[in-house]
Amino acid sequence: MDFLNGLIAFLNFVFVPGLAYGAQLALGALGVTLIYGILRFSNFAHGDTMAFGTAITILVTAVMQKAGIGLGVLPTALLALPFGIAATGLMLLATDRVVYRFYRKAKAAPVILVIVSMGVMFVMNGVVRFVIGVEDISFTDGARFVITAAQFKEMTGLDEGLAIRTTTAITVVTAAIAVALLFWFLNRTRTGKSMRAFSDNEDLALLSGINPERVVAVTWLIIAALATTAGVLYGLDKSFKAFTYFQLLLPIFASAIVGGLGSPLGAIAGGFVIAFSEVTVTYAWKKVLTYWLPDSLAPDGLVQLMSTDYKFAVSFAILIIVLLFRPTGLFKGQSV
Amino acid sequence: MTRNLRTPLLVAFVAALFLLEGLTDVAFFAGSWNSSLSILNMALISAIMALGVNLQWGFAGLFNIGVMGFVALGGLAAVLVSMPPTEGAWAAGGTGILLGLVLGGATIIAAVLVQMKLPSGRLRMAVTLAVLIAGFMIYRRVFDPAVVAIEAINPASSGNIGGLNLPVLLAWPVGGLLAAGAAWVIGKTALGLRSDYLAIATLGIAEIIIAVMKNEDWLARGVKNVIGVPRPAPFVPYEVNLQSDPAFLARVAEWGFNPVLASTIYVKLAYGVLFTLVLLILLWLAQKALSSPWGRMMRAIRDNEVAAEAMGKDVKNRHLQIFILGSAICGIAGAMMTTLDGQLTPGTYQPLRFTFLVWVMVIVGGSGNNFGAVLGAFLIWFLWNKVEPMGQWILEIVTAGLDDTSVLKAYLFDLVAHMRLLTMGVVLLLVLRFSPRGLLPER
Repeated sequence: MDFLNGLIAFLNFVFVPGLAYGAQLALGALGVTLIYGILRFSNFAHGDTMAFGTAITILVTAVMQKAGIGLGVLPTALLALPFGIAATGLMLLATDRVVYRFYRKAKAAPVILVIVSMGVMFVMNGVVRFVIGVEDISFTDGARFVITAAQFKEMTGLDEGLAIRTTTAITVVTAAIAVALLFWFLNRTRTGKSMRAFSDNEDLALLSGINPERVVAVTWLIIAALATTAGVLYGLDKSFKAFTYFQLLLPIFASAIVGGLGSPLGAIAGGFVIAFSEVTVTYAWKKVLTYWLPDSLAPDGLVQLMSTDYKFAVSFAILIIVLLFRPTGLFKGQSV
Repeated sequence: MTRNLRTPLLVAFVAALFLLEGLTDVAFFAGSWNSSLSILNMALISAIMALGVNLQWGFAGLFNIGVMGFVALGGLAAVLVSMPPTEGAWAAGGTGILLGLVLGGATIIAAVLVQMKLPSGRLRMAVTLAVLIAGFMIYRRVFDPAVVAIEAINPASSGNIGGLNLPVLLAWPVGGLLAAGAAWVIGKTALGLRSDYLAIATLGIAEIIIAVMKNEDWLARGVKNVIGVPRPAPFVPYEVNLQSDPAFLARVAEWGFNPVLASTIYVKLAYGVLFTLVLLILLWLAQKALSSPWGRMMRAIRDNEVAAEAMGKDVKNRHLQIFILGSAICGIAGAMMTTLDGQLTPGTYQPLRFTFLVWVMVIVGGSGNNFGAVLGAFLIWFLWNKVEPMGQWILEIVTAGLDDTSVLKAYLFDLVAHMRLLTMGVVLLLVLRFSPRGLLPER
């Protein structure tokens, strides 16, 4: 019984939050890795792209809520998500046309493109502030829990409860659908295959008649979808604040690099590696260990390896370890 | 415009901006010397940061976006050097803290040694992990009680270890040293990597430095902030002391100034002179370095790493060297900034303001040109401060026909508050597109 209680506590406080956070990071990292694979630079504006998509989604959500349109138990934001994706897609295409295309034509060095993306980051950060301001916004509605801790305890008769929030469930399901769609697109459709070819060998792809501008445009649209979905899921799960999204850049990049920049599978794996390590290292294990260890060995302290404020340090430490021992990342950084 | 005319014209333009800010209140200018001088003082400090970044990026092509971390370390140095020690803190936990830090360092060194000495394989992995885990547990055993003991001392007003009670001017070089130490560690691990990896690594370490400063209350009170960092005596007096100083009052009366206003301006001028001195020294050193054989070698490495390596240049060590130097300059600037503010507030360190804005300064000014970096710092810092008034001024003109109570007008004026970042981004993008070598290009 103690073992089961410990297991439930572990699931409730470590596994489920880690799973949701990992799914959000994986979606973000997929975007970063796709840009790297196709456009060949590290996009520092990605966090702000996520914020932009989320901001638009929040606005549309607010309009829908006023009009009385909703999904019942599910958050209205899911219904508003396509509008957010569309707006972000348009915005990214415009940015590409006005900013990035010039450097692509000029075959600028990747590091110049990174600096350009810094400029885009500033602009987008400003635009998000224009659109929605800097306040903390919570925009989730519908049912809060799929199952509450009390219901779970009643059902199973255990001392520990396993609460599953609606947003957590939605995050995992949506992320799974998004990833499945992405892989289907990359592996099964003609456009997807041309994207992979372009990423593998640009010259050869051009020779075989692939239109680079089309590949780039499709890539930006996919990135809009991934970034907005990631941003909205994160916002539903926690809350929306423009600055937090900027800070997500670090764990997202860490996920993409740990998995191997340019590798979609790696981005997903990296996302979960980073998320689970952040949660396990910053969780106070006292409760779980008290259940699992014999009484004589029960811990006195919190058994928290690091305070939660150091979660950036965890993603960073893992990043450094991977870079030192496997510079190409877990999945060999193979191209898209 | 010829190149010879370009530099003096741009310098005159920027100087005119600062003069107008002090002289007139037409358009968006404040007409206050206090405002002009406080922007100028921060611009001087920003210019020093820009020099540091220019050293790394302009001379050597190193992509460091962890400027914020080095600046914060400089600020930490100001507190640790100049604040008086907290009574009883050293007795309560000083030895524990020091011993803990030594043990932590020893653990990492031991792990690195294991990695280097043992042949690669499962055994090495196991031993490394064992060393790290055991070391971490011992470290926490020693470190934690000391931290608790120190933080328990009068937590409302101190609760930290305090400083060494030395002159704050000493903190400036110490800040540079602290930043240099951090840069050495980062450089050793990350410099061999590709440029975007170095970027992420520096971005990460900056966030970690800020996290440590926010959470390690025993060190510098964390988010409870340290206030009352002493001024660099005897160069910069306190306003209150000036206002009660008969000699100062007599002179002010002679010139016909208001004593309160005069004292604030006097203090700002004193800071300005000190900062200008530091900037000039560093600028002179950077210019010397740029035109020396060492500087030529650096640029050769930047322009063609492979060729430079073939000529027998030790690229990795040269990169490490210049990375440390540039970071140290940022550390000095950080210590100066905390001295100017008189307080250390870890919560206010934000990457957009302390890392990316400095980058905008360097790129707009002209990377690879020290004078360009300095000019860019002055121009961008002025803009950063005055974008809001500028926006309001323009809006006043545009919306002159609108009623004061109109919703649109209120909305537009709300937007102006968020103009800064957008403007910086647009300026950076425009310069990158149409004048990628900056206002004062590298010669």
